[in-house]
Amino acid sequence: MTGYYVPGDSLLHRLPAGAKLLGLAVLCTLLLLFPSPLAPVVAVVLVASLYVVSGVGFTAAWAQIRPIRWFAVALFAMQWAFVDLLGAATSTARVVIAVALAGLVTLTTRTTAMMAFLERCLAPARFVGLDPFRLSLLLSLTVRSVPVVAGLATRVREAQRARGVEWSVRAFAVPLVVSALRHADALGEALSARGLDD
Amino acid sequence: MIEFTDVRVRLGQRDVLFDITLSLPERRVGVIGANGSGKSTLARLINGLALPSSGAVTVLGLDTRRQGAKIRRRVGFLFTDPDAQIVMPTVAEDMAFSLRRKGLPAGEISRRVGEVLVRYGLDEYADHPAHHLSGGQKQLLALCSIMVLEPDILVMDEPTTLLDLRHSRQVAEVLRTLPQQVVVVTHDLALLADFDRVLVLDQGRVVADAEPEAAIGHYRKIME
Repeated sequence: MTGYYVPGDSLLHRLPAGAKLLGLAVLCTLLLLFPSPLAPVVAVVLVASLYVVSGVGFTAAWAQIRPIRWFAVALFAMQWAFVDLLGAATSTARVVIAVALAGLVTLTTRTTAMMAFLERCLAPARFVGLDPFRLSLLLSLTVRSVPVVAGLATRVREAQRARGVEWSVRAFAVPLVVSALRHADALGEALSARGLDD
Repeated sequence: MIEFTDVRVRLGQRDVLFDITLSLPERRVGVIGANGSGKSTLARLINGLALPSSGAVTVLGLDTRRQGAKIRRRVGFLFTDPDAQIVMPTVAEDMAFSLRRKGLPAGEISRRVGEVLVRYGLDEYADHPAHHLSGGQKQLLALCSIMVLEPDILVMDEPTTLLDLRHSRQVAEVLRTLPQQVVVVTHDLALLADFDRVLVLDQGRVVADAEPEAAIGHYRKIME
């Protein structure tokens, strides 16, 4: 879900956000319900076809899987320690396919459309005093925060290297947390300035 | 019209601003001063992001202490760091964000966003990820996201500090064409050349209040 909307006019782009999220939920559930090792193979073909139909390109597709590649390797190794090779491969494939599908939804859906859908779903929250707009804003800010925190981490790392510190967890974590908190303060102030405090 | 009446802002044991009584009806007002002189606090007082410890600030006849939210709907605020004010992933979505909050119909939102994108030359970046823009383009996007709300007053806190010469000139050019009243806090003295009025702050007080040439001259003397 760290990808960004890739403009396009494919069938997937034109589908409403709600239909895509529902489809995502159904496909992920089916992946879990069918124990056959053939299910992930069919799913891989289906997901690959959907990526081709969407026209988002290989780079954007790979960018969805790339962040979890080491996690997938570790998961596979751990599974293999407890179950057989086929079982480990099947369950790891399920996770990777689910992430790829979620990524496809993000790549073909504007955040605004996603927020509008969530706002409609969360409308009953008004009865307990919660603002659906603010709740859906949480999703948008989460997506937006990924590149911001990554940028802060790069800046901290470069500052470390410039001062001759090659690797230190404390020297990395402390300035990163401080910068992230400062950014959160500034963002809060910016939201107020844009009328989000009324 | 922006009015400060005997304003004092105290943070902990320190007076950040004091004895501030001003009436600002001019269309272009600049604020200069050394680091820590209280410039940014003065700017934040205008749309109620900071509140006076004593005294009052009224903007368009509204009191910032009691009607802050109403004021913020009519006073746009541009921060130094554009990264902190971009909320949505893409350019057009960020501009549409505040309009959606206002409950405008989708067609009207799209029309206003498109218009402002073209006016500020960002139309080719409409679906572009906002964090991939250059520093100057991000500052321009932050400005667009405010302008799309059609504010009556625009407050800018060091809008050119992080920009290169070309983008600074672009912001200066935009400033010249804005129909709104604009209050700009800056270290970029060239930006203020054709302003109507410039305030010089020093250690929390207004020490000069004049047309640009005289005020900048006073500021240079303080800094020597």
